[in-house]
Amino acid sequence: MKNEELKIGEYTFGSRLIVGTGKYPSLDVMQAAHEASGAEMVTVAIRRIHLDDPSGKTLIDYIDRAKFRILPNTAGCYSAKDAILTAQLAREALETDLIKLEVIGDAQTLHPDAGETIAAAEELVKQGFTVLPYVGDDPVACKRLEEVGCAAVMPLAAPIGSGLGVCNRYSIAIIKERARVPVIVDAGVGTASDAAIAMELGVDALLMNTGIAAAKDPVRMASAMRHAVLAGREAYLAGRMTRRLYANASSPMQDLISSGHDG
Amino acid sequence: MRASINGEERDVRRGTTLFDLLQQLGIAMRGVAVARNDRVIGRAQLADEQIEEGDRIEIIRAVAGG
Repeated sequence: MKNEELKIGEYTFGSRLIVGTGKYPSLDVMQAAHEASGAEMVTVAIRRIHLDDPSGKTLIDYIDRAKFRILPNTAGCYSAKDAILTAQLAREALETDLIKLEVIGDAQTLHPDAGETIAAAEELVKQGFTVLPYVGDDPVACKRLEEVGCAAVMPLAAPIGSGLGVCNRYSIAIIKERARVPVIVDAGVGTASDAAIAMELGVDALLMNTGIAAAKDPVRMASAMRHAVLAGREAYLAGRMTRRLYANASSPMQDLISSGHDG
Repeated sequence: MRASINGEERDVRRGTTLFDLLQQLGIAMRGVAVARNDRVIGRAQLADEQIEEGDRIEIIRAVAGG
């Protein structure tokens, strides 16, 4: 299989890693981590401006838009209505039709509300957005999101910010097998091996934030994730060997040397 | 008159447009968007939209997030 570019709606990416901008120790570290990750798209959140401190250098001054597309999210929204308004504001502020649709249903697990997410996705697609919805590892919800016109589906591998790794590899594999749009694993990756495992399942890309930002050295972890995503993708395309229960020697069993012992 | 701006009740002089409001608050337009009563107002229209009594204005920008 050829390693083709990643296509999401009208957009094409050489990198299969999408990274966040949250939780970094500083914006300078974030910027260096973005570079090291090789990512071509970064997520941002949308919030009210503080009226008592409206000026100063802001996040988007630290994102080189010649190198990175911006993927605004609707994080923090608990209803389709709020998510739609947030998406519309993001489009106006950042001049992009890309939106990471996130409609949360529960504050402790941060699991998405499937019903509200699907309703919001349908409306945003009608309004011309390129919708990338965060969704549970639910093949039916993923299918519905695809049917209403989402450009990708983004199932979680574990709860947001948990770093538990891919807790649901069979569900993710099923979602990937059935999807006709790119599958992007969003949330749960804690270290490089998790990223490789996710990519080996055949998913099209990974989105991560805390896995990089909360590492002791985020810049180095960003580099590790870049390599892990590449390695996982290559391993998937290569096709792994079949597992077997017993040993099978790698060296020939013929023409073995015999020492002159009695026998 | 009174209007809600990012959830804060504020006094606004009658005749103030959304464009005027941003200027008064010292907010540069780059990376910013405005909604009035849940409707996004494009930057080209901000100078045409006068704030009315009881309006709910949201002024947003991008912040760090995942």
